[in-house]
Amino acid sequence: MRLDNIQMSVANRQGPAVRAIPSVNNKITARDVNVYYATKRALKDINLDIEENRVTALIGPSGCGKSTFLRCLNRMNDTIDICRIEGQIQLDSVDIYAKAIDTVQLRARVGMVFQKPNPFPKSIYDNIAYGPRIHGLAQRGAEMDEVVRSSLERAGLWGEVKDRLKEPGTGLSGGQQQRLCIARAIAVSPEVILMDEPCSALDPIATAHIEELIDELRASYTIVIVTHNMQQAARVSQKTAFFHLGEMVECNDTEEIFTNPRDERTQGYITGRYG
Amino acid sequence: MTDLAQETVLRRSVYKSEAFEAQLRRRYRAERRFQLAGIASIAFAAVMLVVLLTTIVLNGYTAFWQSRFDVEVFFDPEAITPSGSREPAVLSAGDYPALVREALLAELPEATGRDGRRAVMEMVSSAAAYRLRDMVLAHPELIGTRLKVSLLASDNTDQFVKGHIPRAVSEDKRKVSDRQVEWIDRLTARGVLASHFSLDVLTQSNSRQPEQAGMWGAVIGSVMTMLVTLGMAVPIGVAAAVYLEEFAPKNRWTDIIEVNINNLAAVPSIVFGLLGLSMFLDFFGMPRSSALVGGVVLALMTLPTIIIASRAALKAVPPSIREAALGIGASPLQVVIHHVLPLAAPGVLTGTILGLARALGETAPLLLIGMVAFIVDVPGSLSDPSTVLPVQIFMWADSPERGWIERTSAAIMLLLAFLIVMNAVAVYLRKRFERRW
Amino acid sequence: MLSGLFLIGEREHMLSDLFFFIGEHGQPMQTTMLLTVIAVLTVVGYFLGRGRAVAIAGGRLSTLHSVPPYHGFFVALWAGVPALLLLAVWVSCEGPVIMSLVLAQLPAALIPTDHQALTLLQTDILNLAAGVSNGREPDPAVADAAGLYNTLHMVAESCLLALGSALAVAGLTLARRQIRGDLRARNRVEAALNVLLILCSLVAILTTVGIVLSLLFQAIQFFTMVPLTDFLFGLHWNPQTAFSGDVKGSFGAVPIFTGTLLITVIAMVVAVPIGLMSAVYMSEYAAPTVRSVAKPVLEILAGIPTVVYGFFAALTMAPVIRDVGTALGLEVSSQSALAAGVVMGIMIIPFVSSLSDDVINAVPQALRDGSYGLGATRSETIREIVLPAALPGIVGAVMLAISRAIGETMIVAMAAGLAANLTANPLAAVTTVTVQIAATIRGDQEFNSPKTLSVFGLGLVLFIVTLILNVIALRVVQKYREKYD
Ligand SMILES: Nc1ncnc2c1ncn2[C@@H]1O[C@H](COP(=O)(O)OP(=O)(O)O)[C@@H](O)[C@H]1O
Ligand SMILES: [Mg+2]
Repeated sequence: MRLDNIQMSVANRQGPAVRAIPSVNNKITARDVNVYYATKRALKDINLDIEENRVTALIGPSGCGKSTFLRCLNRMNDTIDICRIEGQIQLDSVDIYAKAIDTVQLRARVGMVFQKPNPFPKSIYDNIAYGPRIHGLAQRGAEMDEVVRSSLERAGLWGEVKDRLKEPGTGLSGGQQQRLCIARAIAVSPEVILMDEPCSALDPIATAHIEELIDELRASYTIVIVTHNMQQAARVSQKTAFFHLGEMVECNDTEEIFTNPRDERTQGYITGRYG
Repeated sequence: MTDLAQETVLRRSVYKSEAFEAQLRRRYRAERRFQLAGIASIAFAAVMLVVLLTTIVLNGYTAFWQSRFDVEVFFDPEAITPSGSREPAVLSAGDYPALVREALLAELPEATGRDGRRAVMEMVSSAAAYRLRDMVLAHPELIGTRLKVSLLASDNTDQFVKGHIPRAVSEDKRKVSDRQVEWIDRLTARGVLASHFSLDVLTQSNSRQPEQAGMWGAVIGSVMTMLVTLGMAVPIGVAAAVYLEEFAPKNRWTDIIEVNINNLAAVPSIVFGLLGLSMFLDFFGMPRSSALVGGVVLALMTLPTIIIASRAALKAVPPSIREAALGIGASPLQVVIHHVLPLAAPGVLTGTILGLARALGETAPLLLIGMVAFIVDVPGSLSDPSTVLPVQIFMWADSPERGWIERTSAAIMLLLAFLIVMNAVAVYLRKRFERRW
Repeated sequence: MLSGLFLIGEREHMLSDLFFFIGEHGQPMQTTMLLTVIAVLTVVGYFLGRGRAVAIAGGRLSTLHSVPPYHGFFVALWAGVPALLLLAVWVSCEGPVIMSLVLAQLPAALIPTDHQALTLLQTDILNLAAGVSNGREPDPAVADAAGLYNTLHMVAESCLLALGSALAVAGLTLARRQIRGDLRARNRVEAALNVLLILCSLVAILTTVGIVLSLLFQAIQFFTMVPLTDFLFGLHWNPQTAFSGDVKGSFGAVPIFTGTLLITVIAMVVAVPIGLMSAVYMSEYAAPTVRSVAKPVLEILAGIPTVVYGFFAALTMAPVIRDVGTALGLEVSSQSALAAGVVMGIMIIPFVSSLSDDVINAVPQALRDGSYGLGATRSETIREIVLPAALPGIVGAVMLAISRAIGETMIVAMAAGLAANLTANPLAAVTTVTVQIAATIRGDQEFNSPKTLSVFGLGLVLFIVTLILNVIALRVVQKYREKYD
């Protein structure tokens, strides 16, 4: 029943878009990644390639390590004292865990959007301007105004907020807040955007908005999205990776995964037997 | 769309530029400066603590050593009892300073004339004569005999021996004359004058002379005051906490009580002194300077702390325990007394100890209710005039003689020792009974 | 042998020291006796009540509504509480009643009309009655009055003993008679305990009321002598000259307020940045090992009594500041505001840091993640996201710290002066509200000199200012907490 639904949504999608993108460069490659929280092993020998200018969805039951993996990709796990990472992750063929790599620079190139919208307690304008300002991407004034405008436009929020840029970002609705967070991430022009269940706190209409947005952003960004919602994975992604108990069980084209899963755990999950 | 894409690509290239690298270095420098400011702040606090404690200990430990003259005293019948009577009244009126003088002059024969004798007598404490008198009163058979006695040196002598009065300044700038310096050196070399370990600073009661002053009276005063505080603040505080946490309906009145308690906790302590003065002393006519009033004032001051801590402890007891007890037919009061309070007891106790530790170090309100009076007697009852350690410290610190500095510091060492013990007990209790439900 | 004994066990006595004997209100024997009687009867009542309940049940305890100990408590309460209430009422009314009786006996000519002189006369009578002489030969009529006072006092005390004991016995017997199998003893006892609990929780309210009343009462008396405006806006504080007539011009509190303000500002300049940075470092940077050292350091600083800080300020800090100042060619008072302010700042560092620590930890991790995710460094995140987000809480913490500094007494009493200088120079000596209060009042005041009463004016201002600061600060902090809960 559920599988049917998903297959429907895969089928209904404007299919050719996938094939319209010629690039199959691997933007990120993860090799034998193991992550430990203190002694607990949260990820086991993960090998995964993230292709450039595509949307890759990470799915799997709660607690299987999707967020952990996502946070490895921009070294957000560095902020957790007890977290330890083994293995290799390369961004454009450069090991991001190498000594010479600077997390500030890395995170500017690999942006992140979180599960719960987390606008800063500042004005909408300052929320967007914060990143460009600390990285020195734009001068205060007209140049910054332009960055703020274009970021909000790309996040599809400009029309709704252009008259209230000085109001606090926390005053927006949940969906608007999440688009604000996406705009905030876009404002520093990252190459990769990581999204950890960006719609799980949102209502269906706001979710539809964000999904549209993701589809548009794909043209200039590589996107990795964690989602609980398989229809969503099917709708927005071109590649899907299925995680289970800290292992990456299967990664394939989204259509393939949902129509013809190789592993029976994947099959079990997408048919709703567990998870 | 393509414009935007191009712009994005353009901006991304910034991250690989020289300028960005340079800026990054600047940002990391700012980062280090910020972190350094944090370290410096903590270091400042730590250094200040160390400086404070070492000043106190370095100034205070010498109070446990006192200079004495070990001299042979002739208990001259002529001076003690010219009439030959052995009546205590006669004996206590004897000329004991003369005995002290003669004993010292025997060691310093060149001290002649009025000036010389006065200079000699300046070197011993007035306590020396009282000591001889007490010896005679206790053992009249000493009269007419010779006995080696240890006589307390005066404050100036003591401070000079300890090096607190500098030798290298001109005579008119120091409290000990050149002649006395020479005598002190000679007597020290001969072993007559020496520093002895002494706990008098703890065991004696107060005095106007620094070399004789001890803090025993203040310790007893502190103990009695704390007993009153404990006896009043704990039952009332715990009862109030139990009511507010377990029984009180949530309405305007209990809200007012709650806000009131929080604000009372932040009222300056000296205001409680004014309350004690005009309420307890003036209005109720309670005994001034007494441990009773002091204890009551401190109890009112500590009450909010105890209530807040006890409520937190009660709140931490899970509702399931109350439900279980209610389920077997216990009345709400029985539930609290038999089940909740025992579980909350460690938390209540910890809060109580911390509250008392604060009260023990409190000074200002006690000044206002007259616990600053100079009191020699060790208080015998709650209504006797008494003082407490911190007030004693305040009074000693206010006195000019050099000897008070070491006495004050020693008193502070004792007060801090009490506080450390109390806090250690509180920490132990918290660790020992820490429970995660 | 003997000499050795004396060498070891030496104890100096201090007859030379003046005994500073302070008038003692003799603890009346009868009150103590009555308390003993009540205590005994309460205990006896408990056992009688319990025994009777057991006897009534005759082995079948289930026939009782409440278990026997509750019957015991029931009787004990009836034996103790009414008698104690009588004692309390009696003790609080006795003095005034007897005094009015005594005054009624005095010849009318001796009774002064104005309030102050009357108070003075009453004090004289009380002192005479207690056997404390004020050195003057007393008026024979007053001496008689004192004698009468003592007689009446003795009579009253004896009456109290008799009445109180009778009441306790009556309560005990009546309650014992009430004991039956279906007596709801437990409910009665619990109701009584409930009342007790309520009374206990009212003590805090009563304390506040007591503070407000005693401050207001005396302060209003003061403001009848010195107009409020002269007090609040006058520029000269010199209570000593008040005796020579110029009462109004001697109580201008502005120099005291500015002195308090100056020292508070200095303390905050030290405490706020250092306390805040310590908190930031501890919660955002410090490794657990560093934290396990730094936290106790701050806790110890917080636990040191203020009198110790005062000693440190006077003994160590003030000379250091003066020497440094002199070396720089500045003129530094030996009781400079700077020394007191800096040490007060040190004292308040742990206060600011522990409050800020709470506040900073309440900032959700999500905000930090959002900032790190954009590539911000730690310090950028703290300065631009965490601290602004925590600002309301920090403002609340600083307000509480200011209130603390304003109300702090011992440091300023020991390291700042009494000179009411109107200056903003931190190297000069200034005085504060609390110093004035502590220096003026020593427990033995007559409540009729403007100098004594002025202290209550100052106390009232101190209470109001700190109360306003606390109320606002607690509100702000609470609102802030709710925002991130
Ligand atoms: N900060 C952390 N500390 C300790 N364990 C963690 C932490 N974050 C996640 N984990 C553990 O790691 C595992 C994977 O968690 P996560 O990556 O959040 O799963 P998912 O996002 O797939 O639901 C879980 O078992 C979780 O308990
Ligand atoms: Mg997750």
